[in-house]
Amino acid sequence: MSDVAARPAPNLLANPWIKAGLIVAGLIAAAMLGARLDGSGTLYKIFIDPFDQMAAAPDLLAQTIWEGLVSGVLYALIALGFVLIFKASGVFNFAQGIMVVFAALTLVGLHEKGVPAWLAVILTLGVMFLLAVAIERVVLRPLVNQPDIILFMATFGITYFLIGFGESVFGGSPKQMIADQLYLPKGAIDLKILGGLVSLQKIDIAAAIIASVMIAVLALFFQYTRIGRALRAVADSHKAALSVGISLNQIWVIVWFTAGIVALITGIMWGARSDVSFALEIVALKALPVLILGGFTSIPGAIIGGLIIGIGEKIGEFYWGPLIGGGIESWLAYFIALGFLLFRPQGLFGDKIIERI
Amino acid sequence: MFYREAGQFKSTYAADMAVFPIRQDRIGLAIILLIAFIGIPLIGNDFFITSVMIPFLVFSLAAIGLNILTGYTGLISLGTAAFMGVGAYACYKLTTAFPGVNIIVLILVSGLFSAAIGVLFGLPSLRIKGFYLAVATLAAQFFLQWAFVRVPWLFNYNASGAIEVPQRLLFGIPVTGASASPETRYFVCLCLVIVMTWFASNLVHGKIGRSWMAVRDMDIAAELMGIKLLNAKLLAFAVSSFYAGVAGAMMIFLWYGGGEAADVFNIRLSFNILFMVIIGGLGSLIGSFFGAAFIASLPTIMKFGLPALGVPMSGATAEHVTFMLVGALIIIFLIVEPHGLARLWQIGKQKLRTWPFPY
Amino acid sequence: MKTSHLMRATALGALLAAASVPAHAQDSIYVSNNAYRTGPFSGSGTPIGDGMRDYFAMINERDGGIGGVKINFEECETGYDTKKSIECYEQAKSKNTVIYSPWSTGATLAAIPRAHIDKIPILSMAYGLSASADGNVFPWVFNPPLTYWDGALIMVRHMANELGGMDKLKGKKLGLIHLDAPFGKEPIPVLENLAKKYGFEVKLYPVAAADMQNQGSLWLSIRRDRPDYLYNQGWGAMNPTAVKEAIKNNFPIAKLVGVWWAGGDDDARAGGAEAKGYKSLSFHQAGANFPVIQDIVKHVVDKGKSLAPKEKVGENLYNRGVYNSMLVAEAIRNAQTISGKKVVTGEDVRRGLETLNITDARLKELGMEGFAAPVKVACGDHNGHHKAYVAEWDGTKWTKASDWMEPLKDEVRPLIEANAKDYAEKAGNWPKRTEACEKSS
Repeated sequence: MSDVAARPAPNLLANPWIKAGLIVAGLIAAAMLGARLDGSGTLYKIFIDPFDQMAAAPDLLAQTIWEGLVSGVLYALIALGFVLIFKASGVFNFAQGIMVVFAALTLVGLHEKGVPAWLAVILTLGVMFLLAVAIERVVLRPLVNQPDIILFMATFGITYFLIGFGESVFGGSPKQMIADQLYLPKGAIDLKILGGLVSLQKIDIAAAIIASVMIAVLALFFQYTRIGRALRAVADSHKAALSVGISLNQIWVIVWFTAGIVALITGIMWGARSDVSFALEIVALKALPVLILGGFTSIPGAIIGGLIIGIGEKIGEFYWGPLIGGGIESWLAYFIALGFLLFRPQGLFGDKIIERI
Repeated sequence: MFYREAGQFKSTYAADMAVFPIRQDRIGLAIILLIAFIGIPLIGNDFFITSVMIPFLVFSLAAIGLNILTGYTGLISLGTAAFMGVGAYACYKLTTAFPGVNIIVLILVSGLFSAAIGVLFGLPSLRIKGFYLAVATLAAQFFLQWAFVRVPWLFNYNASGAIEVPQRLLFGIPVTGASASPETRYFVCLCLVIVMTWFASNLVHGKIGRSWMAVRDMDIAAELMGIKLLNAKLLAFAVSSFYAGVAGAMMIFLWYGGGEAADVFNIRLSFNILFMVIIGGLGSLIGSFFGAAFIASLPTIMKFGLPALGVPMSGATAEHVTFMLVGALIIIFLIVEPHGLARLWQIGKQKLRTWPFPY
Repeated sequence: MKTSHLMRATALGALLAAASVPAHAQDSIYVSNNAYRTGPFSGSGTPIGDGMRDYFAMINERDGGIGGVKINFEECETGYDTKKSIECYEQAKSKNTVIYSPWSTGATLAAIPRAHIDKIPILSMAYGLSASADGNVFPWVFNPPLTYWDGALIMVRHMANELGGMDKLKGKKLGLIHLDAPFGKEPIPVLENLAKKYGFEVKLYPVAAADMQNQGSLWLSIRRDRPDYLYNQGWGAMNPTAVKEAIKNNFPIAKLVGVWWAGGDDDARAGGAEAKGYKSLSFHQAGANFPVIQDIVKHVVDKGKSLAPKEKVGENLYNRGVYNSMLVAEAIRNAQTISGKKVVTGEDVRRGLETLNITDARLKELGMEGFAAPVKVACGDHNGHHKAYVAEWDGTKWTKASDWMEPLKDEVRPLIEANAKDYAEKAGNWPKRTEACEKSS
């Protein structure tokens, strides 16, 4: 028996934290030395200039962090959908992104057909429930006990199906999110602080609050309800849960439905920020680095991972991006996550991987 | 009745260990090769060859590459498209730097560049496993795709950012560039794919392949048995990326014929190739071909074939129906046979062996 | 098992062979058109496809086709995917299309070398490879009425007009938001040249395709740099997001100018009431008050034969589709005159395109008076570098907000020739132009 996760990296220094500390210290020393050597050269631009900028314009720094925070919350929302399903059924749900689009499209599409906004929300929830039941019946039940990668593949089948189905029902053209009808706030709060202007969008504040409330509700639900306990039992061990009389099928429907609710809320928020179209599906990929950073099985991990990635990539793009031509946001998140993974291969909050021979 | 190995005795170890130990298999293989070399160019028109056969061959090769990594070594990668892109751009740089060198050689050499990049991005695999590794390889996907757009040196500072495929000759016949006939390009693809499949087959049946499979089944156990994980995993990344790189170079030079390459090697392609491997069958070379046919050629055939058969469908509806059908077929296939089309093929052969008297 | 494999292969071959046999009688002209009504770019692709389709439906309905020959117009769905567009090209080729409209820069770049061999004219209307405007190198590729380079020039002229003269450009900052792909990067060299010449500064803001709807940090950089003007070279979901972000970040919306592809009604509508003042370059008018659009409404839309809802007819991108179809139809008509044949081939249409000369009088005949500027294509100049204007979003529709502006042809033409030469050299053995120029033009 050997415990791999506890095994040090094949390196001279046993403790990864010491190693990380040394690397950081080394970088800073090199930077200071380099900055001394060339006052306006590359090293200066990498290590000194961005911090100068931060100090010179704290309002922009605050704005950057706020933007990062908001997108972090939204990444976390998508990641949450992944985590819920992965925890309960061990399925890496590739279809979460398309579920976001599908839910938002259903909502807007129903409203276009003349259904009042709130009724449309309820009907959309109904559709997501039907979807959850259908996925459980048609896809999960016949595939029970298959390897993870097969289930992963099956969710890709779901994605394909939902793309075709969604587009043939609602059409491919982008739609406006019915933000006004749902009483989502508009406009911005402009704060005159830090010698400049920090503008907070009300919709972003609302997104942050709604996300926090939802996460709190989910946490309470998991902690204190019967179904929540059952869910946690299933997450711990399918077999043990079955043996005490928990219906796996029922739990899966509930979990996929919960993920559907999360998808709907995510879709409303992202849709209100830009618009509802199939391009949103791509944004869902941003949740993947959040997942590996936070760990596939941890809800707090998804939230903290989302915030780290959101703030990290915004600051990176804003202060360091211009040095190499910009647009680094598309991959920076993965490198941040990769950096963390090298020290904790199971993510920040993931279950410790214990392998036995 | 026809497919039975009774009476075929092996008198040497080499014969016993052959890749195709059964005579009927060898005959079958010969027939398939015959169809591929003679039948398809004869009966297929330009559209069939350029839009179905060449893509099928290119994707088969890429799927074999990923299968070596995922199916044989158990490391999931979502960066295949980016490694294909490395091959394509390397080949483009090589053709402009060495215009005199034979294009086939350059296509193969560009695979080496891809292999080097693959090893670099394979390093985290020593620490990270499973889906965590899959997502980590996305770093390669997004970073390389960014580099294809952002590093103008890669596309020779063209204002359009596109790469052109120059005309190159082989035995006096143009094989790349616009004037190369579809048949020529098809033959070049076919030969490359056959040679590289043969090579892969020898690789996975030999010592290296066995060490990969040991790593796949349980890497700690493999390490205890004396397999160097570092070497085995990185070699798998190198070989896999080599195949992907060659496939990428073939894709741009023999299929697309130039254009906006950075966008071609996107994340969707990476996913598609992974799905070819899974649908086809993990750890099976023939499965890679099945998977490529299923994921790459089926939508094309449905899109253009169904209207020709009289099923009336307009462009957008056809696209939607194709999406829904492919999605449903993926799920159905997984439910019927989770081990992929290759497994169905095996079962079919098994049944055939006892046919017509199964008892 | 083996025989079944063989049979499968044969059946497949037969099926595909059947798929591409030209199955229509020779009394119609086949026109294929790439469309994308699916995928992330469908928001921009759908109205254009509707416009293209409806114009030909109207021509068939009202005039019985062109010169008495029905147009067999067919869409091929690409989803803005280069792989699918190559399939569409092969299909169009096997059905003997007289023209190929790629509708994406990637598809155009992939089709250019093929079209030279297959002798199919490509019409990439104001997109594609700017250098392909050089007819001496690219006899088969046409990109009227103007290139992205002309667009960049007009943008700079617009800036100068608003500021009060070219000399006022000095010290100003122009930001370019662009899709991080060949399409988005096209205007960069011209803008940088102009910046040097007139002493203004160009700042680049690339948007990766994956981040089209996630432009937060980009707009932070814009807030930091405070550019005086922004030029948006965007497409698809990127545009509505840019408009929304501009409003969010208090960027004066009147200083945000999109290239003509960023001028969708849905793009501007995303910003709500505050998007009033958003600008976009354009080379034709929006609105349904033109006889040609009215004819489409009468003959197609009211009969329920259009895919577009009636309120979308006359929107900016819809009209762009109509404009493109008009160019195709005029080229076919021209080809009929030159060749004397009724059912023209791709080679005839190439000649028709090369002698395309749509004057104001002709536009009036077409029911397009004031709809667009005259277009003239010549043997060596496959673009013409025609006039464009700045359109403004008034909260509900696009209106004309400036005069027609002439791009500085002398600035662009040498660049085009140099780039075309470069392209031909790099491609190695690029076929020399053998097609003779028309005398009548």
